[in-house]
Formats: sequence, C-alpha cells, structure tokens
Amino acid sequence: MSNQASTLFDKVWDAHVVRKIEDGPDVFFIDRHFIHEVTSPVAFLGLESRNIGVMYPERTFATADHNTPTINQHLPVADPLSANQLKALETNSAKYGISHWGLGHARNGIVHVVGPENGITLPGMTIVCGDSHTSTHGAFGAIAFGIGTSEVEMVLSSQCIMQPKPKKMRVNVNGKLGKGVTPKDVTLYIISKLTTAGATGYFVEYAGDVFENMSMEGRMTVCNMSIEMGARGGMIAPDETTFAYINGREQAPKGEKWDKALAYWKTLKTDEGAVFDKEYNFDAADIEPMITYGTNPGMGQGITKAIPTSDQVEGGKSTYDKSLNYMGFHENESMLGKKIDYVFIGSCTNGRIEDFRAFASIVKGRKKADNVTAWIVPGSHIVEAQIKEEGILDILTDAGFELRQPGCSACLAMNDDKIPAGKYAVSTSNRNFEGRQGPGARTLLASPLVAAAAAVTGVVTDPRTLL
Amino acid sequence: MAYDKFTILKSSAVPLPIENVDTDQIIPARFLKATKREGFGDNLFRDWRYNGDDTPKQDFVLNNPIYSGKILVGGRNFGSGSSREHAAWAIYDYGFRCVVSSFFADIFKGNSLNIGILPVQVSAEFLDKIFQAIEADPKAELEVNLPEQTITIVPTGEKESFDINGYKKHNMMNGFDDIDYLQAMKSEIKEFEAERIY
Ligand code: SF4
Repeated sequence: MSNQASTLFDKVWDAHVVRKIEDGPDVFFIDRHFIHEVTSPVAFLGLESRNIGVMYPERTFATADHNTPTINQHLPVADPLSANQLKALETNSAKYGISHWGLGHARNGIVHVVGPENGITLPGMTIVCGDSHTSTHGAFGAIAFGIGTSEVEMVLSSQCIMQPKPKKMRVNVNGKLGKGVTPKDVTLYIISKLTTAGATGYFVEYAGDVFENMSMEGRMTVCNMSIEMGARGGMIAPDETTFAYINGREQAPKGEKWDKALAYWKTLKTDEGAVFDKEYNFDAADIEPMITYGTNPGMGQGITKAIPTSDQVEGGKSTYDKSLNYMGFHENESMLGKKIDYVFIGSCTNGRIEDFRAFASIVKGRKKADNVTAWIVPGSHIVEAQIKEEGILDILTDAGFELRQPGCSACLAMNDDKIPAGKYAVSTSNRNFEGRQGPGARTLLASPLVAAAAAVTGVVTDPRTLL
Repeated sequence: MAYDKFTILKSSAVPLPIENVDTDQIIPARFLKATKREGFGDNLFRDWRYNGDDTPKQDFVLNNPIYSGKILVGGRNFGSGSSREHAAWAIYDYGFRCVVSSFFADIFKGNSLNIGILPVQVSAEFLDKIFQAIEADPKAELEVNLPEQTITIVPTGEKESFDINGYKKHNMMNGFDDIDYLQAMKSEIKEFEAERIY
C-alpha cells in the first residue's frame, strides 16, 4: 500500500480490479447487478447460445419496471410484446436462480429506487445495470454505472466487465440553498454549466456542504443525473446520513457484520490533498429553481430567465435552432407563464417519498388546473405505501389528483404513459430528448416543486411564489 | 455474439451533421420491446426517418438515395443518453460498420466496440472536411484502416490517425469478444470473489 493521498473513487475502483490488461481495460469485478425486462433478454439468449451459465446468481437482482403499466397492475398486461418481455425476465430469473421482483410483488418498483430502499445498495460496492441511471447508487459511495446488453451477459457469466478506468472530476457546491431550491435544481444547474457532454470520460465526486447537508433521497437525485453531463457516474462519500439510511433495511448487514461494514465504510472518503483531473466549484446562492427549455438536459436555466440566443450557448446554431423549433420556443422568450398540458412526477430521479412530500407541500389546499393532465407515479410499492401512510394521498385526492402504480412510466414512455405529440409536459424525470416521453412530446425538466406549481396553475410558475 | 472482423473498410458514407445525437433518436424506446436481437435496423432513427403515418420523411438523409455506404458520419457528442445497446444493434443491423464523429458518448462507444462497430473519433476540423467532401460528392469514399489506425478521405487524400486501445483493436480485427476472454479467466475471478466482503 502506498501512503499517497487517494480519492474515494480510486479506493473503490482499485479494490475491484481482478486483472489489469496492458494497453487495454481493467477486468472489473461487480458486487451487485440489477436487471430489468428490457435490456436483459438478449443477454440470456447469448448465454444459451454459448452454452454457459450464471456464475453468481445471488449477486444479480431482477425487477420489472421499464415496460409495466401504471394502472390495473392486477390485470394481465395488454400489450403482447411487453407481456412477453416480462415473462422472459420471470422465466430467466427462475431458470438461473436469480431473485425476481415482478409486477405486483410487494418490493417491486424502479430498479434504482428498490435497490437502495431494500438495503441491497451499500457503500464501497460496484453496481451495474443495463440502464444509464444506475449512477443513482453512487449516492451511497458506491461506483455505479449503466452498461450495455453485451456487458449484462459478461456480468451474468463471469461477474466481471472490461472497463478502462475513467478520469476523475470533483464538483464542489458550497453555501446555503435558497428557498424552493431542491437537489434537482442543483443537478440541473451543474449540468447547465458543464453541458451535456462536459463530463464525458470522467467519474464525478460531489463534495461540499450542500451535499453533506442533503438527505439520501436528494443525493440519489443528484447522482442519478450524472450521466446527463456525459459522466459515467457520480458518487458522494458515505457519512452518518448514509449509515442511518441503511441501518435496519431488509438486506443491509446486521449485528457483527454491520459493525465490520461500518468500520470499512468510514474509510471511504477522499484523502486530503488527493488530485482530480478536473475540478469545479459552484456557489449554492447562485442556484434558482431550474427548468429546461431545449432537447437535452444541459439546456436548462433559472426559471425566471429568458431563453438564451444561439450565440450565448455552446455548440452549433443549426443544432440549437432545431432544438428550439422542436420545442416551439423562441430566443429571448420568458419561460414563466408558458402553458402546460401534462405534469409527470416520478422516475428514478424524483420518484421517492421526499419528492411526493415536496409536491404535496404546494398542492395542499389548492386544485389541479383544468388544462393539466397529471401523472403521479411512485418509484416503488414501498414509496406508494408511504404516500398513503403519511396522508399525502389525501392531499392529492382533495386537490383533484390521482395516484398511479409504480414503474418507469412516462420517463421513457415504453408503456401507455405517452405524452401526445406537440404537448408540453413539466416532468421530474431526467431526459428531455426529442420524443423521449412519446413521439413529438415536448418535455420541460424540473423539480417536484416546479412540477407542482405548474400542476396547480396550468403554466410554468416560480414555485417560490406559492411556498 | 459473433460479428464481422474489421480490418480495412473503404466505403462511401452517410452524413448526419447534427450534434448530440442521443440514443433515443437512434432507436426510440417503444421499439425496445423485442426479446431477440433482430430487425432493429428497420427502426433506426425512426422518428427522424418516418412521419407518424409511417411514410418516409423525404428530407431525412437515410431516405435520400444519393447517400449510401457502410460508414455513418455524425456531429459532435454522438450517442449520448440511454445505455441501450439496441442503438448500436440498429446501426449494425442497418448495415453500418463504422461511425465517425469528433466526440462520442462513453457508453455508446463501449457498446459499439462490443458488437463490432468501430467508433472513429477525429478532430473537429477533420470532421468538417469529411462533411465537405461528401457535400461535394455524395459518393466520396472514406478509407478506415484499423491496423494502421488511420482514416483517409479518398478523393482528397487527407488523412488522420485515431486512437483505440491495443486490446480492443485485437478483438475487432479478429472478431473476438470480451466474453471469450472472461470465460478463460474464471478461476482467477473465483479466487477474487472469495475475498470479497459483500
Ligand atoms: S425511471 Fe427512467 S431513467 Fe429511471 S430506470 Fe426507469 S427508464 Fe431508466
């Protein structure tokens, strides 16, 4: 062991390298592997055609989420293709002895919500899944990132993937966040500054008192969005907040194992003097409630600002014009007051209990605007149960909202939850790409507070005026 | 899955001078419902290529018969967004073997290499030159030479070299994949696993 100062990322990465290939990637060991119905079937077919098995089935966890309906989950799934994928996940899991939380299971939900809430995600782990927002789990001080289906097959068959080690970036945000400014605003702000490709090739550590003071739910929101600036993943050093969140969760270590784990987790932080390839510093006071106006998550800004002109942004004019044209927006227009047709609260970015609490804080005592269709989708059955227990459901019902059942839903619109062409949706999810929420759909990414403000006023509204 | 070996590819190219082409554009989520790897090429760039009623959009490059070839040339930050390998499958299934851009998103790049598409990253200036050459003559050929790690604009002779690590290069040239490699080191992985605390 050298006594050189090292980063949190190095500590976790280096502990998982099985073999270094000269002029090639590292053979990288994976502690936890999540699979879902969309990106796993072809990987299982691959195992079959090669006639190889699953090496450590107890390290893989299956949940159905991407393609599941969010109403009437007790009925058979109507779309035969979706039903077929769900069936394939069930059959493959059973065949290889993989734990499977299918549709209707009490612990079912979005993969990046159920992992942490059941204590499967722990500090110092390596975690992968065939979904780019696997970066969510980095909130616990794990190295977590999305992989492709070929890599899903690698993990199933050998518990390893081949990865070149990314470069290291640290993003520091210090100071006090203003009223109505949430973790989602912090991440949309960072992405707007770094742009959608600004962290490509890097793994990010988030540091500073803004993250230290953030709840685990908030940290998950931030780490979740790391991929939207191109980073492979993002992580936050585990601390007392992390340990308190994990303690007592179903699959978390208990008794002696807990003590041992805790002692290790306390070593997981960046040493004083450790060097990053790139470092950014931001001031919390500069962050407003954010909203996006374009077709990538980097095209966001404070909600009170006017849409920039093409020469104020990075990148080519024709790409910028194409984007505004798709959105039906113009340079210099104000975002405030723009009419909204849909509101979506949910996804692995903002589908946790804290997000519904925030949404309810604005909706309480108000009514849903008549022109707005709202889809309120919990991230898991556990979140759904909490919403009911805490009385949030009553607040929603009184205001004219309905609660749907858990799943990815309109985040990627693979099921029936599609925003119609040309319609505007304020969405708490993570991507505003063309057609992401349905062909022709126009997405404005924002926090649960901004979503709530739009839901009750029918237009883009600064949530601070309603708090 | 086995793929064609890659050594030297000489072909005309299809230009897509748009930045930040994300994988939701390459293949929209609603076409990810298959449980087999078949037919994704039909839905490559679906919503840019077809109208809502499935008629082709005449102004999209894949619908323009003057452009063809095994090389796709995209704007900066190609392949951002979702990790869906289906995006790479769709590009491969359509008939492309190489994608050229001045910058690639990480996951897309890795997925491409894993299934036998060569991502070639060139400088922004060279990318412009490629677009200009294709504009001047849609049949202009590019030559991608993997052993030498160079890309040449055939009509002008302009050439640039590109990076690829030795391990991946060897795989691409021989049609090997990582799973073969990993299967061969299982006992080493077992020893490693036995030491894990989780
Ligand atoms: S909610 Fe969206 S981003 Fe999250 S896992 Fe589901 S599809 Fe992926």
